[in-house]
Amino acid sequence: MSSSETRPRPKKKGTKKKVVAAPGTPEVKAADEPGSNMPGAPRHLLGIAELSRSDIHEILDTAVAFKEVMRRSIKKVPTLRGKMVINLFFEPSTRTRTSFEIAGKLLSADVINFSASASALSKGETLLDTARNLRAMHPDILVVRSASAGVPWMLARNLDCAILNAGDGAHEHPSQALLDVLTLRERWGTLEGKTVAIVGDISGSRVVGSNIRCLSKLGARVRLCGPPTMIPWGIEELGALSVHHRLEEAIEGVDAVMMLRIQKERAAEPTYPSDREYSRLYGLSPRNVDLTKKDALILHPGPMNRGVEIDPAVADGPRSVILDQVENGVAVRMALLYLSARPIGAALEPPVAAA
Amino acid sequence: MPPYNLIEKRRYLEGGRINAKLDEIAKSIIEQVSDPKDVVLVGIRTGGVPLAERLRKRLKKTTGVETPLGILDITLYRDDVFRGLEQPEVGPTKIDFVLGDRLVVLVDDVLYTGRTVRAAIDALMDFGRPRRILLAVLVDRGGRELPIAADIVGERVEARSDETVEVRLAENDGDDAVVVMGEKRKGG
Repeated sequence: MSSSETRPRPKKKGTKKKVVAAPGTPEVKAADEPGSNMPGAPRHLLGIAELSRSDIHEILDTAVAFKEVMRRSIKKVPTLRGKMVINLFFEPSTRTRTSFEIAGKLLSADVINFSASASALSKGETLLDTARNLRAMHPDILVVRSASAGVPWMLARNLDCAILNAGDGAHEHPSQALLDVLTLRERWGTLEGKTVAIVGDISGSRVVGSNIRCLSKLGARVRLCGPPTMIPWGIEELGALSVHHRLEEAIEGVDAVMMLRIQKERAAEPTYPSDREYSRLYGLSPRNVDLTKKDALILHPGPMNRGVEIDPAVADGPRSVILDQVENGVAVRMALLYLSARPIGAALEPPVAAA
Repeated sequence: MPPYNLIEKRRYLEGGRINAKLDEIAKSIIEQVSDPKDVVLVGIRTGGVPLAERLRKRLKKTTGVETPLGILDITLYRDDVFRGLEQPEVGPTKIDFVLGDRLVVLVDDVLYTGRTVRAAIDALMDFGRPRRILLAVLVDRGGRELPIAADIVGERVEARSDETVEVRLAENDGDDAVVVMGEKRKGG
């Protein structure tokens, strides 16, 4: 290997990796083209749809390194010192917001939580005005959760900071999908050729879209399962998948089962008769869990409805990786923050390598 | 492709002379400590790691002590992380022993600006409070930008600021040598 000194110096070989940018706007796309790696261009993570397989692996590899940082006794590194991260949440969320907040703090960023459900938008301010106000505060990274699909893309077009999508309606929730595949990759080494069943409230879930895309891109097959009232039309177009209405058929011989929460608060009208009936037909329990492969993994994005979609004996059982998902969530979000942070003064100071 | 070609300018420490230098470095480490059991080796990723591994074997041979070896990734402590076109890759740090009150020998391949060493010292301090840190490098090429000096140096090499100094090791490159690379210039 070469000298490991940190002075910026000419690179010997072609660019080793490309930025993780998920181009959602024309100007960002330009930054992603070879040779026009514009310094200062924000690196967004809008959706899994915009990531290549190697982008995904780059994020996961970076997350693995950050997981080691989380386990240290002094679990803080100075990397994002002086960077401002705003968590802009138009919808309530505790765990995703906390996970991003912890990730930012472990990297020494200043993290500000801006809960819009209780503020400006309810007073009649438009989304664009909220965005312009935020821009005036000069954040480096904006983490956005919204009820409407597309909000992160709209913000990416109008702000000059990096946007990380923390869930836009039922459209994309990329950091969740990334933490799920990290959890699986850790156990399996590769997702190639594996089969994953996603069971439950498919239409109400914000994590399904990103997960189908992410699992498919990494070579896994997906089976979706739920009552017909909970499966949206046309979902087959998202990736390599099949749709099932019987749980036993969906989980037979799979390598992992991802259980989804019944979104009681989000359904406009009831989509199933009773918790008890749902649990009997679609709940994962010791009664049916052995239909999967012997060492199949059990995932759940949380929060769990114990006794409804998942039996406590399964949730707490030896194959459950539900708490690994939570730990990996922080590691993935550290990686996303690290990879999205804008170069310091890049617009003012062209790097040596460009000279 | 970059708009320039780097070509080999000079070679140092060929034909087993890197190993001879490492023998001297190991000897010097032993001379500077009262109890070899106190010593731990920490290699800076990536260039310092194979050198630290070779030093560990030498210490074992001379003193019979199995010296703990750690790997330190300094990326997250760099002062230029967000200055370049792209972020450097982050690798895992692996230090699974206690640093407190130990004598840490920090090992790197080339000492140049001193910024890597500054970052490494900061990173080490987050793992504990070593009694003393010694810096051992195979090559010192001058050009310091910070007030940092190595305690043990294998070889001093003259290199201009537009040249890079590479340590090539049999583990990765098939042969041991220190190579100075420079830009190809017109007419020479």
